Amino acid sequence: MTDTGSLAKPRFTLPGPAIAALVVVVLIGIAIAIGGQVIARQVVSGLMLGAIYMTVAVAFTLTIGVLNFLNFTIPTLFMLTGMVAWGVLSQGYLSFAGNAAWLLALFIGVAVAVVASLIVERFTFRYLKMKHGDSTEHAIPLVSSLGFLLIFENLVLIAFGSDSQRFKVPFNADLRIGNIVLGVPQIASCIVAVAAVAALTYILKRTKIGRALRTIAENPDTALLLGVDVSRVVPVVFILTGVLAGVAGALFTVNYGDVSAFMGDNVGTKAIAAMVLGGIGSIWGAIAGGIVVGVAETLSIQYFGGNSVQMTVWGLVLVIIILRPKGLFGGSAVGKGKM
Amino acid sequence: MSGYLAGTLAILCINLIFAYGIFVSAAAGQINLGGAGFQAIGAYATGFIAGTLGLPVWFSIPAAATISAFIGFLIAFPVLRTRGVYLVLATFAFGEVVSGFLLHTDTFGGAMGMVVPVHIELWVLMLCAIVVTLLTFYLMATRLGLAMRSINDDEEATVVIGVNVRAVQVAAFTIGGAFTGLSGALYAHNYGFVEAQYFNALLSIYVLLFVLIGGAQTAWGPLAGSLFFTVLPELFRVGGAWRYVIFGVLIVLMMVIRPEGMVTRDLVRKLSPRQWWARRAAVGS
Repeated sequence: MTDTGSLAKPRFTLPGPAIAALVVVVLIGIAIAIGGQVIARQVVSGLMLGAIYMTVAVAFTLTIGVLNFLNFTIPTLFMLTGMVAWGVLSQGYLSFAGNAAWLLALFIGVAVAVVASLIVERFTFRYLKMKHGDSTEHAIPLVSSLGFLLIFENLVLIAFGSDSQRFKVPFNADLRIGNIVLGVPQIASCIVAVAAVAALTYILKRTKIGRALRTIAENPDTALLLGVDVSRVVPVVFILTGVLAGVAGALFTVNYGDVSAFMGDNVGTKAIAAMVLGGIGSIWGAIAGGIVVGVAETLSIQYFGGNSVQMTVWGLVLVIIILRPKGLFGGSAVGKGKM
Repeated sequence: MSGYLAGTLAILCINLIFAYGIFVSAAAGQINLGGAGFQAIGAYATGFIAGTLGLPVWFSIPAAATISAFIGFLIAFPVLRTRGVYLVLATFAFGEVVSGFLLHTDTFGGAMGMVVPVHIELWVLMLCAIVVTLLTFYLMATRLGLAMRSINDDEEATVVIGVNVRAVQVAAFTIGGAFTGLSGALYAHNYGFVEAQYFNALLSIYVLLFVLIGGAQTAWGPLAGSLFFTVLPELFRVGGAWRYVIFGVLIVLMMVIRPEGMVTRDLVRKLSPRQWWARRAAVGS
């Protein structure tokens, strides 16, 4: 709104892929340069973790970029996927599917996350928008999403208890590249995470609905004037959010094999940190940020102990918000100039 | 008084002061999602002063509030440059940094937590809660309070009128820091033990909900919010998780029905005795 330059260049087509790839290459390069398998192994496992953070961070950045709404239900959508998948599997509802039951369970989990996300849309955004005009001016959607966070998390606690549960995946083949051992689920999840984000960028860039979303991000009122049916396009954001959070939850479940009602909390906050690091509203920034946070976390645990992660990551976030609100990699202004 | 009732009252007092701390900046249009961080500062400050340094409690509690206010004052300058989602995230990050720092610092017990000596009596808590409540009501009636309300309603118009918006916001944030720190100090002396894990993101979220559900327009809001959130669960007494589900539903419904919170400016105006007499007189004449 303030600088006309941001109108000229589309927001989601920044230097993007190049930067994300560069970050990965540089990180691996540093690791190898310093040498030592230990570091290389930490970097690799950090990248795996980063792939999950990245997917969740993209979900956050999408809702903020398009709707100017910090959606606190995303961590619970992430958790819902894992817990529902475990729930249907352990209850034996899927025994007919044989060996593919775990996969089917994860699909059901993602579907539940999408449905939950649409419920959230119904009560945080659509209704309020109708009744109070531009609801983003107030803290209303934020507070409602906090309410949903309580609802979903505690419903899961009631249904499945607070214990951490084991989600069994019937394969654990390992690949060896040099001296680094890679789990097949880890590689698969990296590929799925990248594919999910690539699909999202394709949708945003090339499809009609994507163009509508970008118009809303630029200016909702203008979008309405130009004939974008805002009330029908907004749910798409929530569907995409649900899919991304759900896929991330499924990948986490497969990778680490543990699900609990609290699995989303840590990942969710880390993903927020990743989003801020990369630049709020920028998808490629979220990707780069996710990778950086993932690698920083594993390295930080390796060298300074587990308690140091929170302080370093959030200290960095605080500094970046204050000094460089655009984020480390984001060159774009956040949509609408509303911030 | 039974121990149970006394315990609930103590929680209510602490929550009330905490909520007023967040309210003061919310009334000036600043959402602070780092409440737990300020409360942790207050709790650990009094723990350090009264425990490690061995100074008396009548000194350590005000000192803790002052330290928290000072830190609020310091971070207000950079943090309040941001707005909207960025402000929410910046304050959230501040809270995480504080609890991360405390978790990592051995002087303050690290992950083991810290034992705080000197248990304070319930009447001290109640006195503090009453004083803070009255102070906030007074504050909202002053010119500063008026400026805060004005910023909340329309920041640009406030600038045009000639109010130094930045100064008012920093003042609000500092006062909020003092109240929040005080609530932390009282918490520490009431329970005799603090640990960094308690001051987590969820606590910040809860206290923000106290204020926003209660209503951030008038000083009645946090009072209503804290009463609602502290007393209602005790009345419900249904199993732990269901209670929070009901909470969540109430929060979502609240935002649909009364997005400005339970107690709004209109409601206060309607209920105020002066208005009531004025209306009566108007009808009578």
